[in-house]
Amino acid sequence: MSSMLAASGNVRRRKRKNRTMEALWTFASMLAVAVLVIVVLSVLLKGISALNLDFFTKTQAPFGESGGGIAHALIGTLVLVLIATAMALPVGILIAIYVSEFARPSVARVLRVTLDVINGIPSIVIGIFVFALLVIPYHHQSAFFGSVALAIIMLPLVSRAAQEVLALVPNPLREGSLALGVSKWRTVLFVVLPTTISGILTGATLAVGRAAGETAPLLFTTSLYTNQVSWSPFHAMASIPLTIFTYSESPDPSQHAQAWAAAFVLISFILVTTLLARWLLSRSQRKLTR
Amino acid sequence: VEAASIARAAGHAKRRIGDRIGDQALHWITAAAAFGSIALLIGIAYKVIDQARPAWDKFGFAFIWHQAWNPNTEVFGALDFIYGTAVSSFVALLFAAPISIAIALYLSELAPSGVKGIVGALVETLAAVPSVVIGLWGILVLGPVVEHQLEPALGSVLGWLPLFQGQHGVQGMLPAIIVLTIMIVPITSSISRELFTTVPRDLKEGAYGLGLTRWEMVRGVVLPYTRGGVIAATLLGMGRAVGEAIAVTQVIGAATGIHISFFKPADTLASRIANQYQGASSGLQVASLVYLAAILLVFALVTNIIAQVIVSRFEVQRA
Repeated sequence: MSSMLAASGNVRRRKRKNRTMEALWTFASMLAVAVLVIVVLSVLLKGISALNLDFFTKTQAPFGESGGGIAHALIGTLVLVLIATAMALPVGILIAIYVSEFARPSVARVLRVTLDVINGIPSIVIGIFVFALLVIPYHHQSAFFGSVALAIIMLPLVSRAAQEVLALVPNPLREGSLALGVSKWRTVLFVVLPTTISGILTGATLAVGRAAGETAPLLFTTSLYTNQVSWSPFHAMASIPLTIFTYSESPDPSQHAQAWAAAFVLISFILVTTLLARWLLSRSQRKLTR
Repeated sequence: VEAASIARAAGHAKRRIGDRIGDQALHWITAAAAFGSIALLIGIAYKVIDQARPAWDKFGFAFIWHQAWNPNTEVFGALDFIYGTAVSSFVALLFAAPISIAIALYLSELAPSGVKGIVGALVETLAAVPSVVIGLWGILVLGPVVEHQLEPALGSVLGWLPLFQGQHGVQGMLPAIIVLTIMIVPITSSISRELFTTVPRDLKEGAYGLGLTRWEMVRGVVLPYTRGGVIAATLLGMGRAVGEAIAVTQVIGAATGIHISFFKPADTLASRIANQYQGASSGLQVASLVYLAAILLVFALVTNIIAQVIVSRFEVQRA
């Protein structure tokens, strides 16, 4: 059959066109992979040389002097993300429970769209919102306000992930529990919810990775910080992304080196959370399909 | 015996009351959280628009087409930044949309199964790289390449176009477009890929059975079947580009004025807000920044809702 088709020039032209398109698709994919490799390699190569113990334990060196570290920013990001997670995770799960266990389908759809729309708001606008809501009335910045902004960014991610795993819980599990006379709230909290824990943790882990790297919401809420190490969320605290941002615009090459090293720490953290999330996801899928 | 059964009955009754309270409590607590999210969305819109009021009172709608950003004379307008946003996002989308669709087609139709998982995961990892890191790379690695290689090359080949004239620089519209393209591709390609995998197998096999090549099958079956969804995916990618503040701020050069040349520094709505975070002192300047945020917000709401409607209609059609 192929010899018969090969006789026609039309088929040859069609096949050539097909091969060209396939080559373009492959090329586009390789291009994207190449960009990722180039970005990650730049961060690795330039970041690793500035990494040492001082980098993790000291704070910013005076301008023009080399050395110093980002201890204050590491602590700041830790506190910011912890507080944001403590706000976004429970609320996100509660919303997901309402959507999947209580709401009528039409209401559930409205809520899902609302969360997607919140997810689509640019993070700089979230920062401006928290600035208008909290920073202006209280006349000062604080890490807590920054956490509020990060929590708004995490909320749709966490809630969406929780909704998706709750929707996978088979209905016979709920019905079986209710048929045994277990009340609805016990069914939801002690029968349905525990089966979704690894799925919810997957979403939470991804959201933590996203929040740790967000810069824009912190600009107007917790950017006027000092270089002292501080654990108090009631003052502006430094953060890794903001440190990278300000150092990258600095004319001082030693600050560029520090920015690369900070980017290395941030990227490593995000890659670890992504891998952790994938592992949790595969675990939860195994559990649900078994 | 009597006493024990009475006690048990009382226990049951107590438990029933407890359960009734528990059911109601869980219902209302979760409902409060759920409707709180709607209140949050309304609150964001209200607060941002309310805080822009001083600038609104002073400049009105004319703010949008007024070309000025002068803190000394307190005259502010958004036109430069709207132009910068429109050009950078549109041109980035022009590159990103075909690249994303090509990647999605490679992953859904062409890639061997072993490669598929790895390449798909890598493209999604690109989406997880924080914008500040992309921006750091953009200013310190990409910027010099743009200045010394890309812009001279473009200038010598396409220099007759006003787009590619003028002095070369590390910062400007061109690196912003490249950075935005890098940020749109992972989003649009992963959504498109999911859409392409929803095309029914029998339609594809029918097309192959008629003797179509893979590209003809894609053009005749996959793309028409998913057209709406691909448009929505592109819209969501554009939303990301329009709202991106940090990476763009790092590479675009924060300049006012409207320049045709891609080599010149410019500014977008989001990056103007971001780079003024320390300088904003007067009330009117802050209000004008918030006005810029309000424009961004309105744009984000409109594109998102359109994308949602398209996607939901797509799901209905499929079901």
